[in-house]
Amino acid sequence: MLEKIREIVAETLGLDVEEVKETSNFTEDLDADSLDLYELAMAFEDEFGKEIPTDDLKTLLTVADVVAYLEK
Amino acid sequence: MVGKILRTAATVPEQIISNDDLAKTVQTSDQWITERTGIKTRHIAQTESVVSLATKAAKKALGPMDPLAIDMIIVSSVTSDALMPSAAAEIQKNLGAYNATGFDINAACSGFIYAYTLVQAHMSAGWCENALIIGAETLSHFVDWQDRETCILFGDGAGASLMTSVPGTPYVPFTRSFGQLGDALTCNPIYPNAPDKGNHTVLMDGRNVFKFAVKEVSNAIHSLLETNNTPIESVDLFILHQANLRIIQSIARRLKVDPQKFPTNLEKYGNTSSASIPLLIAELEQSGRLKKGQKVVLAGFGAGLTIGACLLDW
Repeated sequence: MLEKIREIVAETLGLDVEEVKETSNFTEDLDADSLDLYELAMAFEDEFGKEIPTDDLKTLLTVADVVAYLEK
Repeated sequence: MVGKILRTAATVPEQIISNDDLAKTVQTSDQWITERTGIKTRHIAQTESVVSLATKAAKKALGPMDPLAIDMIIVSSVTSDALMPSAAAEIQKNLGAYNATGFDINAACSGFIYAYTLVQAHMSAGWCENALIIGAETLSHFVDWQDRETCILFGDGAGASLMTSVPGTPYVPFTRSFGQLGDALTCNPIYPNAPDKGNHTVLMDGRNVFKFAVKEVSNAIHSLLETNNTPIESVDLFILHQANLRIIQSIARRLKVDPQKFPTNLEKYGNTSSASIPLLIAELEQSGRLKKGQKVVLAGFGAGLTIGACLLDW
């Protein structure tokens, strides 16, 4: 799951997978803005078939947060 | 018979508002706006109106053709100056196009495409020889200039295309609306005797509009090309509604098409709703980037929520 998430984040944000760590904060470490977060949410929703409501999206600040959220 | 676009002309109001101008009155910056939208300036109507802008564009698009030869005038606008008479009726009067049937449609930013498909249907049935389709907006009238989320996005303008009927078969357009998602982009008028629903300026759920645009426009283009047996590689230009550079870039990525095939002018004009497509067409024709013989996809998307896409041999 973590690997897949890192892959998706790297592809969506145009980064190397190595730059995307489990602890990476999307906005602070990976320079993502609000539209990048919308794109990421879409990519996760498409991949895992799970809708992410906007209120939940606001709580997903790091790669680890996403992993934990989607594993639930 | 098929409708061919003979000439497209556009106009924008005189007054220009830059990102720096906006930063003086709302908490924003040129950098913030540019990164998230690609927009640098927008034109705002001071003395101009939907009808005055549309008339100017329509006159230019009409060119040397006798206005009496126009059978149909369709104006797409969500910001019409009046409920009645329609903007199309006023333009008819201003042009002297006394043989035309004029009416307005509201399909927000898909409106120009919907007007195009309406004319195609009429021309294909042999009911119409020459038509003017116009997208004209004064969104500045409906924007909350204190809301930094929306006031940065919108601008005013008008674009008109003159269409004429020639032998041939039209490509099948793709249109669909998604009323179930309509709450994402709303605005209410003020009527003297109707209950006040509030929200008299544009209110947008950014995330859902972004998601809708990226997903459904990509799907629409795929559908459009499949229906018309046209490989995506053969399309020369994708002229998309100029809502936001990030949306356009996302769509290009999703379609796996070179972003160079997605020209933009939203940097200068912002999101002018149904005027945006003819505004871009006019500019591309003038610069020579849009040439005879090219295969072009036009795609609009917006409030409703609505989508419209059509394929043209220019």
